[in-house]
Amino acid sequence: MTQDQAKYLMRGVKLTKRWGGLVAVNEVDIDLALGQIHAVIGTNGAGKSTLINLLSGELPLSSGTVELLGSDVTEKSQPMRAHLGLGKSYQRNTIFPELTVLENCRLSAQSRIQKPWHFWQDGQRCKVSHQRAIQTLEKTGLSTVIHRQAGLLSHGQKRQLEVAMCLATEPKVLLLDEPLAGMGADETDRMLNFLISLRADHAIMLVEHDMDAVFKVADVITVMVNGSVITKGSPDEVRNNPEVQSAYLGESE
Amino acid sequence: MKKSQLFFLSFLTIVLMALPFLGSEYSVDWMTKTLIYGIFALSLELLVGTTGLVCFGQAAFFGIGAYAVVKISADLITPDAIYLLPISMILAGVFALFVGALSLRTKGVYFIMVTLAFAQMAYYVIHDTPIGGGTDGIYLYNKPSLFGWSISSSVEFYLFTLGCLLFVFILLGLITHSRFGRALTGIRINELRMRAIGYQTYNYKLMAFVISGMIAGLAGYLFAVKDGFVNPELLSWHLSGAVLIMIILGGLGHLRGAFIGAFAFALLEEFFRSEAIFGSFAKYWHLGLGLSIIFCVAFLPRGLFGIPSIWQSKLMGTKNASVEDQE
Repeated sequence: MTQDQAKYLMRGVKLTKRWGGLVAVNEVDIDLALGQIHAVIGTNGAGKSTLINLLSGELPLSSGTVELLGSDVTEKSQPMRAHLGLGKSYQRNTIFPELTVLENCRLSAQSRIQKPWHFWQDGQRCKVSHQRAIQTLEKTGLSTVIHRQAGLLSHGQKRQLEVAMCLATEPKVLLLDEPLAGMGADETDRMLNFLISLRADHAIMLVEHDMDAVFKVADVITVMVNGSVITKGSPDEVRNNPEVQSAYLGESE
Repeated sequence: MKKSQLFFLSFLTIVLMALPFLGSEYSVDWMTKTLIYGIFALSLELLVGTTGLVCFGQAAFFGIGAYAVVKISADLITPDAIYLLPISMILAGVFALFVGALSLRTKGVYFIMVTLAFAQMAYYVIHDTPIGGGTDGIYLYNKPSLFGWSISSSVEFYLFTLGCLLFVFILLGLITHSRFGRALTGIRINELRMRAIGYQTYNYKLMAFVISGMIAGLAGYLFAVKDGFVNPELLSWHLSGAVLIMIILGGLGHLRGAFIGAFAFALLEEFFRSEAIFGSFAKYWHLGLGLSIIFCVAFLPRGLFGIPSIWQSKLMGTKNASVEDQE
């Protein structure tokens, strides 16, 4: 994959977030291209989750600019960015536990056809959002449990639903915050294969602690330490970078 | 779900329609008051039960609806509900838009306090300025008719109130099941996530707030016309608290619960105030009412509406597992 020709769907330029005197994210540049899985790794507190929140619009920037699909969205709120085609999944489960799996996904899909004024129509009979939810659940492998209450799912299934809800909005750019957290080996493999299947049509940013998984699927890796990027490159380049080895992977490779 | 709602509604309609022909003048008056509280409770249920916004200033909208009809009809020769009712509701809605636009920027306990503060502000404006006629309140000398048809007898007014209640019930039933209402449910459970998938949650909450305020204004209008009298107590925080207790008593999350709660609250009040049962102790009816509410909240976590499912699980020997995210 030639990076120069790749089409960037999302760019962050000199992203900075300060909390008083603490600089959580310091002048970070990041590009997410179509057809690439871009992993961001770093120790705890390196600013990975903050970076995701800056891109998604959940936190306001201290300085820097964010571009989404070629337009400047620095001033746009999170829901507006979501409408332009940005999907985010959370590190901790943020599903709607009281609702069924189907309704979880349907609500996500409904965000594209909100029609709040049509108060006489039953939302659950909304065909477009219903169909899109069913399709997404089939793709994510949850089609056998669509009528189960989301709170009763196993941990792995909840993680899958988390990603499915993100996909039901049909985003172009996916920001995934530790989608593998707490998953077993089988579930991890399944999720990784799923991410690979999404690669062709999406630009994916993956924040993950599981190094084996990252090196298996990532096309580009950015390494962060204390809020700054120390290096960026292909998995091989990153693996052989002495700075990364001392800072993160440990001396003995 | 849909079927049980329909059953409840038709059962209610039949019983309530028949009631004025069986009961005395006093009981019709009492029932009218209770139905009005039912409408009032339903308005708050949309905010608390569906959207998860605990509003502690609902009486302000109620009071504004009540004062609007009294003030406006004072200058009219033949006041008619056909425009007075919408005007009262719109005035309450405009105030709700103002309060909501500011208070919805806060969350949790701050939201409760800010809505209370705005309601108290409205209370003192009515209480201490010439607009509201002071502590004594104002009489409504000229009761509005409906299309020229005077709804003067208490049975007629009762039926009119019942019609309003059914209208509100059906309207809120539709709203809570619509795309809008489903999104409100999502906001109650997890607003963060709703923003992440692309909902402008602030606009949704504001819309719900205004609808709720308008329905509370409708209840206030009915209350003023029924009594022919308004006073500042209609805007007091006691009433905001009472309506909150009604929906909690009935069981949050169901429109029927709000109605049942209003009914139960009125019954309990009547019971503890009755001198025939409690003798001179009836003076302290607040105490009995308060204790019984504490009892209900302690033993019926899902309100009166949850009683059938408790019985069911006792009879069947199964325990209804409460569903929570185990993270």
